[in-house]
Amino acid sequence: MDKTYYNPADLSKFGNISELQPEMGRKFFDYYGEVFKEGALTEREKALIALAVSHAVQCPYCIDAYSTDCLEKGADENQMMEAVHVAAAIKGGAALVHGVQMMNKIKELSM
Amino acid sequence: MGSTVKSLKGRQHELSDSLFQLNVLQAPTQHGEQFPAFARRLQEHDLYPLKPTGTTILQVNMGKMCNQTCKHCHVDAGPDRKEIMTRETMQLCLDALQQSPGITTVDLTGGAPEMNPDFRWFVEELFKLGRQVMVRCNLTIILANKKYHDLPEFFKKHGVHVVSSLPYFQASRTDAQRGDGVFEKSIKALQMLNGVGYGQEGSDLLLDLVYNPSGAFLPSAQASLEAEFKRRLRSGYSIEFHNLFCITNLPVSRFLDYLVQSGNYDSYMEKLVNAFNPVAAAGVMCRNTISVGWDGYLYDCDFNQMLELKVEQGSPQHIRDFDAAALDERNVVLNQHCYGCTAGAGSSCGGETVK
Repeated sequence: MDKTYYNPADLSKFGNISELQPEMGRKFFDYYGEVFKEGALTEREKALIALAVSHAVQCPYCIDAYSTDCLEKGADENQMMEAVHVAAAIKGGAALVHGVQMMNKIKELSM
Repeated sequence: MGSTVKSLKGRQHELSDSLFQLNVLQAPTQHGEQFPAFARRLQEHDLYPLKPTGTTILQVNMGKMCNQTCKHCHVDAGPDRKEIMTRETMQLCLDALQQSPGITTVDLTGGAPEMNPDFRWFVEELFKLGRQVMVRCNLTIILANKKYHDLPEFFKKHGVHVVSSLPYFQASRTDAQRGDGVFEKSIKALQMLNGVGYGQEGSDLLLDLVYNPSGAFLPSAQASLEAEFKRRLRSGYSIEFHNLFCITNLPVSRFLDYLVQSGNYDSYMEKLVNAFNPVAAAGVMCRNTISVGWDGYLYDCDFNQMLELKVEQGSPQHIRDFDAAALDERNVVLNQHCYGCTAGAGSSCGGETVK
C-alpha cells in the first residue's frame, strides 16, 4: 500500500476500475463519454462545469484532468477561475443557507 | 518582442544538436519505461514501411532567420540565425516544379520567409508557374519594418494563401509563447490583411490561422476551437478568417527544450503515445509532401528537416536531383517525434488529418 492516499499516476489507471466489475465499469464509461459529447452545451462549457464540480467535490484527480481539459478546449484562465468561484459560491452558500435553519431553531427555543 | 532571446544554437545549447535530440526522444522515461517504437505501432496497423501516396505539396523552408524567437519553435529560428536559401537553390526548386506537374501547392515557411531577400522574386516565379503558393506568415513581420508594410497587397496580387500562427485569442497565452507584444501586432497585421480582402466570407483570398497549444497539452477538436476563435476575434477585434488549423507541438528543438526544462517531457510523450490513432497515421502529411531545406536537401517533413533526418538513402537527396516518381517510391524516415502527428485527430501543417 502506498504511503499517500493520492498518486497522480493513478489518474491514467481510472479505466482499471472495470477489472473487478466489467459490466458496470463499461456502462459507467459509456455514460461518461456520452455526457461529455457536444450537445446543447459545448464540450468547452461541459469541461468548465466539470472543473467547477471537481473543486466542489475536492477531487485532485478531477482537478488535474479538467484543468488540462479546459486548456485543451480553449477555455481561458478567467473562465476557469470564474468556474471555481461558482463552485465556491455554491459551497459557501450551501453552508450559509443553513443559517436560516439555525435561526428557525433559535426562534423555536427562545422566549 | 522577444528579439533579445537567443536561439538554442546561439546559446550553444546541447539540444541544438539533432543527435542529442534524437537520444532524448529514444531514451526511457525517468521511471525507466520505454515508449514503444513508432515504427512498431505502424507495423501493427499494416502501415510499415510508410509509403508516400503521391507528392502534391512542396514545402520550402526559406531559412531560419526570423524576427521572433517563439518558445515552441521546432526550427530554432530567430534573429540570430543566418541560414537562408539562396536564389540559386530557389531556381532549383522552380526547375523541379516545372518537371513535376503533380505538385500543385508550394508551401513557403521559415523562420520568417519574407525576410529572405529573394522571397518576392520566388513568389512571383511560382505565381508564373501557376502553382498555389502558401506563405506561413508570422504576422508581426508585416509591421516589423516599413519595407514589409505592403506584404498584404503583395500577397493579394499573387493570390497567396496566407497561413498565420495565432496560438490564442488573447494576449496572455500568445505572448507567453511568441514573445511580448506579439498579440497586439498580430491583431494589427490581421486587420491589415482583412483590409485588402483576406479572410472575408466568400473571398478567395484565403487567410487561415494556426493554433498551437501554449504549453504541454494537446489541441482539442478543431471545429470547436475554430468557432470560439471566430467568435472572440470577431467580437473583440472585428477580425475575419477562414479556417483554424490545430497543430500539435512536436517534441523537437525549442519545444523539446521547454518540455524537458518544465518537467513535462515524460507525461507529454505518454499523452502522444496513448493518443496514437491509426486513422491519423494513415493520413500523415509526409505521404503527400516533400520538405526542402534552406540548403536544398530533401526531407519527409519540416520536423525531420530540423532533426537532420534526410529522405531515405537511395532516394534523391537534394533538390538538384529532384525526381517526384523516384521520391514516391521511398520509405518515410520515422522516429519517436512522429507520435505528434498521429495523436488524436492527427496533426499536419494543414491541421487535423482525421475529418
